[in-house]
Amino acid sequence: MKQLYTWCAIAVIVFASTSGDVLLARAMKQVGDVGELWQKHGLFAVVARMLGNPFFLSGILAMTLAFYSLLFGLSWGDVSLIAPASASLTFVANAIAAKLFLHEKVDHRRWLAALCVAGGVMLLAA
Amino acid sequence: MTFRKYLVLACVTLCASIGDSLLAHGMKQVGNVSLNHLGTVILAVTNPSVAFGILLLLGFFASYTTALSWADLTYVLPATSLGYVLLTLIARFYLHENVTLTRWLGVLLISAGVGFVTQGPERTHHSLNPEIDSQPEAATSNIRR
Repeated sequence: MKQLYTWCAIAVIVFASTSGDVLLARAMKQVGDVGELWQKHGLFAVVARMLGNPFFLSGILAMTLAFYSLLFGLSWGDVSLIAPASASLTFVANAIAAKLFLHEKVDHRRWLAALCVAGGVMLLAA
Repeated sequence: MTFRKYLVLACVTLCASIGDSLLAHGMKQVGNVSLNHLGTVILAVTNPSVAFGILLLLGFFASYTTALSWADLTYVLPATSLGYVLLTLIARFYLHENVTLTRWLGVLLISAGVGFVTQGPERTHHSLNPEIDSQPEAATSNIRR
């Protein structure tokens, strides 16, 4: 039963952090290149544009959920399983979500990069 | 990719790994935090390591969102995962910890992943901001300089 709780926590962490990353990426694509906007309109305008974007605020909310799910998960299971499993699965989930929701062209090179990093993170924690 | 963009990616990598390390170091000094004594969490911010760690994590968030404003998510995430490699190198050469062969293999895989993704373009589609897209490239290149 404890193992089921742990894997449920991992699933929630992966879902929440992937949602957070995708929402934040979508928000920042709508905001535009921060460096250029800063030079043209100033820092205050950039911050106002970011905070006024609903995707940005939803992204922050999803990341907060991911953080608290991690805390709950750590109270149910081992850090040596939860941290690497959620980190490496998030890399793969992000590649899938970016292709589906952000319409990024995830070519063989990017798939290979995501899988290499996910595998590497698993090995680092082994 | 301009030098400024590489600098932002380096900021994401360094701020995240050093910030996490400082936070972990500071929280070990603060001691266990229980739900009955939540005031300890507020007091923990006065610990220099925790305070500097939080500052660096804010720097991470700022540089991460900046990177996402001009690069794909599938480019930024693998490209900034060098932080894991950095932490392993710090553990081996600064903290003199024993790093197993499996971990070195992990470092090799992550480095390969970073190598793969940084060979390609940072963005594969147009910005969703029409104001940015409508600008001619010549005008934006002046700002970059």
